[in-house]
Amino acid sequence: MSRGLIVVCLCLLPLVAAAAPPVQERQLANGLRILVKPDQRAPILTSQIWYRIGSSYEYGGITGISHLLEHMMFQGTERFGPNESSRLVAENGGEENAFTGRDYTAYYQNLANDRLAVAFELESDRMRNLTLGEKEFAKELEVVKEERRMRTDDDPQALTYERFMAAAYDASPYRNPVIGWPSDLEQLTAADLRDWYRLWYAPNNATLVVAGDVDPEQVFALAEKYFGPLKAENLAPPKARAEPPQLGEKRLRVKAPAKEPYLLMGYKTPSVAGADEPWEPYALEILSSILDGGDSARLARELVRGSQIAASVNGAYTAFERLPGLFLFDGVPAKGQTAETLEQAVREQIARVQQEPVSNAELERVRTQVIADKVYQQDSLFYQAMQLGQLETIGLDWRLADTYVEHLAAVTPEQIQAVARKYLIPDRLTVAVLDPQPLDEQQAAKAPTTLGGQANVR
Amino acid sequence: MCVERRFFDRIGRSLAALLLLATGVAQATPEIQTWQTPGGARVLFVAAPDLPMVDVRVVFDAGSARDGAQSGLASLTADMLNQGAGDWGADALADRLEAVGAKLEATVDRDMTVVVLRSLTRQPALDTAVETLATVLAAPTFAASDLERIRENQLVTLRQEQESPKTVGQKALYRAIFGVHPYAADPGGTAQTVAALTREDLLAFHARYYSRANAVVAIVGALDRAGAESLAERLTARLPAGERAPTLPEVRDLTAGSLEPITFPSSQTTVLAGQPGMRRGDPDYFPLYVGNHILGGSGLVSLLMNEIREKRGLSYSTFSYFMPLAQPGPFFMGLQTRNDQADQARAVLLETLQRFIETGPSEAELTAARKNLTGGFPLRIASNGDIVQYLAVIGFYGLPLDYLDRFTARVEAVTAGQIRDAFARRVHPERLAIVTVGGQTDPVSMTRDADN
Repeated sequence: MSRGLIVVCLCLLPLVAAAAPPVQERQLANGLRILVKPDQRAPILTSQIWYRIGSSYEYGGITGISHLLEHMMFQGTERFGPNESSRLVAENGGEENAFTGRDYTAYYQNLANDRLAVAFELESDRMRNLTLGEKEFAKELEVVKEERRMRTDDDPQALTYERFMAAAYDASPYRNPVIGWPSDLEQLTAADLRDWYRLWYAPNNATLVVAGDVDPEQVFALAEKYFGPLKAENLAPPKARAEPPQLGEKRLRVKAPAKEPYLLMGYKTPSVAGADEPWEPYALEILSSILDGGDSARLARELVRGSQIAASVNGAYTAFERLPGLFLFDGVPAKGQTAETLEQAVREQIARVQQEPVSNAELERVRTQVIADKVYQQDSLFYQAMQLGQLETIGLDWRLADTYVEHLAAVTPEQIQAVARKYLIPDRLTVAVLDPQPLDEQQAAKAPTTLGGQANVR
Repeated sequence: MCVERRFFDRIGRSLAALLLLATGVAQATPEIQTWQTPGGARVLFVAAPDLPMVDVRVVFDAGSARDGAQSGLASLTADMLNQGAGDWGADALADRLEAVGAKLEATVDRDMTVVVLRSLTRQPALDTAVETLATVLAAPTFAASDLERIRENQLVTLRQEQESPKTVGQKALYRAIFGVHPYAADPGGTAQTVAALTREDLLAFHARYYSRANAVVAIVGALDRAGAESLAERLTARLPAGERAPTLPEVRDLTAGSLEPITFPSSQTTVLAGQPGMRRGDPDYFPLYVGNHILGGSGLVSLLMNEIREKRGLSYSTFSYFMPLAQPGPFFMGLQTRNDQADQARAVLLETLQRFIETGPSEAELTAARKNLTGGFPLRIASNGDIVQYLAVIGFYGLPLDYLDRFTARVEAVTAGQIRDAFARRVHPERLAIVTVGGQTDPVSMTRDADN
């Protein structure tokens, strides 16, 4: 149900309203950074704590440890027993959950605006005082294995994605699934989690974001009260393993029980942190909207409606990641088509953006959508806080949430063409195809057995 | 546009959105204005001046329960709306809307077809969006060539749904719960029925159900009353007057339990159980709603979650819910677990239900649920996107306009005795329909355990 892992997905991201009150910023003596975004539309708040830890910090043998630790964060401290924090938040009318990505682990409570202390008391306690008991660990490990089966093993497209990522990257930790490789889940111990927890769950490795109908000064005072006494940790990030240049196109087939083929293509691209030129990630973002910014964009117009090669097709790029990522395409071929013909059609669309500049009308459409999305995003308090937390946690300035639109609006047709020519090339490409294996010979349902009386419920 | 979107967990979130039709505290509820357009369409409106945007939901009594033998008809009709209307083809429609930053989509469930618009309120964005939507509603083209493409892609979707044990199980359980009632069929239809649909079928369905008498318009946004009246009138003026769809047939209670094991090459077995539950406006709504919140509707702190996940580590997700519809919709329970644990997990699921029916909630459990539902009310009506959904439901099902205002008091008034009584009368464990999907060793999974 909840408490899941979320893989980053903020596409046409950020922005804070020009007219909205500004974000207030503070740092405690122990290093905890605090961002407060006042928003008086409703008497509620969201409190989110973002840790700079996720699957991209993990090394071979312990993959999945950050996500498993996220689960264990609900399994009790000296003060609060297992799952008691969830009960307390619920009794205060709140919603809470957590999510783990490649670059972050985040916990949140959504509450009425007079209940912030509930969130701070629980979060400050479990930041440094987690029990990590053996019994709870053994049980929660089984829950995570079930989560992996549900999300990945029994979903042919997700399985294809997992193997695709592992093939696309030779060395980057982005090759590992957030939920972890099965054999690593088998060998993780509570002691491993205690070490991981001590290393990363500290005020100087976290950003606290509060958005809603709150007074920033009161938030800072409350944060000082609850988080101020916590000790900082000596942070020693593991030695990072960078992705070497790719030496030619890679291809793989994934065989799994399925009914329809599925295509995944990914080109190695820089993120905001590692771009040769600061405008490149923004040009790639605009390019993704030219290709897939709605039904009027090129992939839907040309491949779904025009040539009718795709039943569905998507393109996506995320500028805000800690490490270089991928410009992704995925799709399902239409009737009579194959993954191979769909791949060819996607490559033709890429060739087109490489050969001719995008039209002003297309660019204007994307700019208008960016501005409209900026307005629509303000309807979600949670999303606004998430933008701030994510930017800070991947090592960028939260002010990018403000300036993002300007960066996007400044992108020129020539820059779009330039990034397409530079990055969307075969030597940076990995292609995965889901090769469907039969699943239906045994699926024919037996006739339902009708049972009377009480016997069947036990 | 996010390739990775499928990796979000949909189960908990999507259910929550359906279930939490608001819980109320008096002071913070939005002020709902309501009227009929000159042509007779019902309108519900909440002014939300803070953001320069508007959310519109046009709801027709045209769900898949109106498909008859032509399962998938309502869905295919809705899917065709943005493929051509008036003088515009699919490309032109998409260009018009997206050039002004507007978003349009249509969805179909068992009771309704919902057409959703989000637009900026500045001009010319708003007028362009409204004019486009009005044309899409009143004058869709249903061009034959577009229909063939949409049909083939729907057939692809139906085949993909056979890859998902959860979807396979849900469809089977609806059939088991509802039998010959129209709610039994999946809104998406079957390969056979979708292949047989014709343009004339879609035209007839549209002509019959897309009418002013059969419509509810919900609006939330930065408009004044006059602006909202004008918007609603412009959206519906070109629809035929029409007449209300007839009342759907009664849902019959199950007379016996059933168990349908579906063999599937998955590492987990999905266990689903259900029976007819309750309708919107049901006299037992609040006892069943609050009771289910305790049983399996409150996420990580529910009884089911405690027994199945927290105590035993058997499943990542487990839940129960009532989906109230125009006629009694399903009461649903479910989980998914490693194949060799399926029998154990199913037993715990059913025992937990049985025990809850026998003993009801403790006072402590009831108090906690009340606090969660009432204290969390402001969260559920915080965004325009939330409020417009409530308006659509209130309007469509004819719930009283003070429904939100009174919600908290009605939750507070529910007693443990009322919950026990309502569950004893309405939920029958000996007559549950049960579907399991899985049970075969998965050739792909690498997560087999040592003791497996």
